[in-house]
Amino acid sequence: MRTPLLLDIAADACPDRPALGGGEEGDDFASYRARASCVAAWLAAQGKANTAFLGMNGTALPVLLFACGMAGTPFIPLNYRLADDDLNKLVARSAPSTLIVDDDMLPRIAPTDGVTLIARSDFEAEFMAGAPPEKIDLPEAGNEIAVLLFTSGTTGDPKAAVLRHANLTSYVMSTVEFLGAGEEEAALISVPSYHIAGISAILTAAYGGRRIVYLPAFTAEDWVATCAAEAITHAMVVPTMLDRILDVMERTGETLPALRALSYGGGKMPEPVIARALAKLPHVAFVNAYGLTETSSTIALLGAEDHRAAFASDDPAVRRRIASVGQPLPSIELEIRREDGSPCAPGEQGEIHVRGEQVSGEYLHKKAIADDGWFATSDAGWLDEGGYLFVEGRLDDVIVRGGENISPGEIEDVLRSFDDIADCAVLGIPCVQWGEKVVAVIVSKSGQPDTVAMAAAIRAKLRSTKTPEQWFVRDALPYNETGKLLRRVLKAELAAEACAG
Amino acid sequence: MDLRPGSRWKSAVCDAQLVVVRPPSSAGELQCGGVAVVPIDDTKAPTGAIDPAFADGVVIGKRYVDEASGLEVLGAKAGAGSLAFNGVAMAIKGAKPLPASD
Repeated sequence: MRTPLLLDIAADACPDRPALGGGEEGDDFASYRARASCVAAWLAAQGKANTAFLGMNGTALPVLLFACGMAGTPFIPLNYRLADDDLNKLVARSAPSTLIVDDDMLPRIAPTDGVTLIARSDFEAEFMAGAPPEKIDLPEAGNEIAVLLFTSGTTGDPKAAVLRHANLTSYVMSTVEFLGAGEEEAALISVPSYHIAGISAILTAAYGGRRIVYLPAFTAEDWVATCAAEAITHAMVVPTMLDRILDVMERTGETLPALRALSYGGGKMPEPVIARALAKLPHVAFVNAYGLTETSSTIALLGAEDHRAAFASDDPAVRRRIASVGQPLPSIELEIRREDGSPCAPGEQGEIHVRGEQVSGEYLHKKAIADDGWFATSDAGWLDEGGYLFVEGRLDDVIVRGGENISPGEIEDVLRSFDDIADCAVLGIPCVQWGEKVVAVIVSKSGQPDTVAMAAAIRAKLRSTKTPEQWFVRDALPYNETGKLLRRVLKAELAAEACAG
Repeated sequence: MDLRPGSRWKSAVCDAQLVVVRPPSSAGELQCGGVAVVPIDDTKAPTGAIDPAFADGVVIGKRYVDEASGLEVLGAKAGAGSLAFNGVAMAIKGAKPLPASD
């Protein structure tokens, strides 16, 4: 099954339902498909194997994604935040390609064999402006690869994750009800196009019949203003976005009455932030989603009822589920395994493995999935007695101190319970005596953190081996643009300092 | 009748349109309103009567399954006829919709 089918059946069933953009200027589902078909015919005539995109969010993006599926060229969104050298390496890897580039980013691209550059303004003037064109009927394309996403690895060259049409359509059809959205519903997309959530949001919205509105790039002010102006009902944010959104709402007094559902993912959400969000947006259903690029987005989610039940419960085992990512989707299998491959018991930490049609587990020229279909995520986690999944971060981030596996997450949770902690990270630093030692990096609101009291709290709540042996105070911690803490960057910096000290 | 995943069909006797989500394990005939369905691009208008035994309707967005063969079909447009595979009525697949997560 191919991704354009999702748009095709929606456009046939409800051609005049609003689909793209805001207000009067938006496109309905029929013109959405018609525009995509014209782009597809043009891409096919270009004759390049791939179609790449470098630019800010906008309605050209979903049109291009579906057009690529129709034309049979994999879609390759590129990360505009990369340094020019790194960006140009990826441009070269996209060849032979048609590359659509925001006008102000054109000077960044070095001439590359096999890559045809098209300015975004020319593309939009041709395909996005004016009255909707007539739909062009193209023969069904054959290429099985829908999207190539370069993963944001912090070591080595980025890997090109392969998402096949079969993976993406399986994800959409097993998680979304066809035209399940009401005509008044609208989703605000603020994650960048090169993030899996930006891709899956386009596909789930088309199949669900929900209008999508874009923020060119995220700022909390624009997000709140657009939500209010467009009566946005659904949105997805990463943890760092939510805290800033709540600040703006507090400042402006905006209450976002139309908002119904807010999903969050892409990193661990600090509990105080979600508690604040629940209090500030009592009319909104919160969903915590966990997924990877290699799994076509979400594989587990904590729904609104789970959030309420956890916050209302006196049972610590239920209460702590607010920090979980909920239960695996019914359409996938999920297991926690020990290093030797045997299954972990409830409560026992191991590596998260998944299997299902939405799981690609594949990079260009390299399959990373076992012959029996299981994909090792490299994420550490555990399941509780009720089957709720707790993700403890990347397997590489687990601290191994004297043979004991220590998760940074639980130590960070204790630290965050201190009002003085604005942000924190717990890491393992190489050490002669233990192999690794536990260190804490904190951002203090007062500038004079009481690390003695913090250490005492960790010793009391957890145990002495989990108490940081060294403390570093910083003004801020390094994050990538989708809210992921750059642990490896931090670790490398600290390893140098810790050795010196 | 090549009922491959993603293939689109329409009823010969009502307005229903269908998409195959999972293929059947063995060859057979997908029927709507008691009559074999036709490819989506068939230009003939629906004609003929709906068999009263297969008149419960197709609902848009619902999934229909044939337990024996594993055939699964999505209702892409509603119609008055109901679905069958080789004469055996297909059942609505009861699935609780998940909350939007992206």
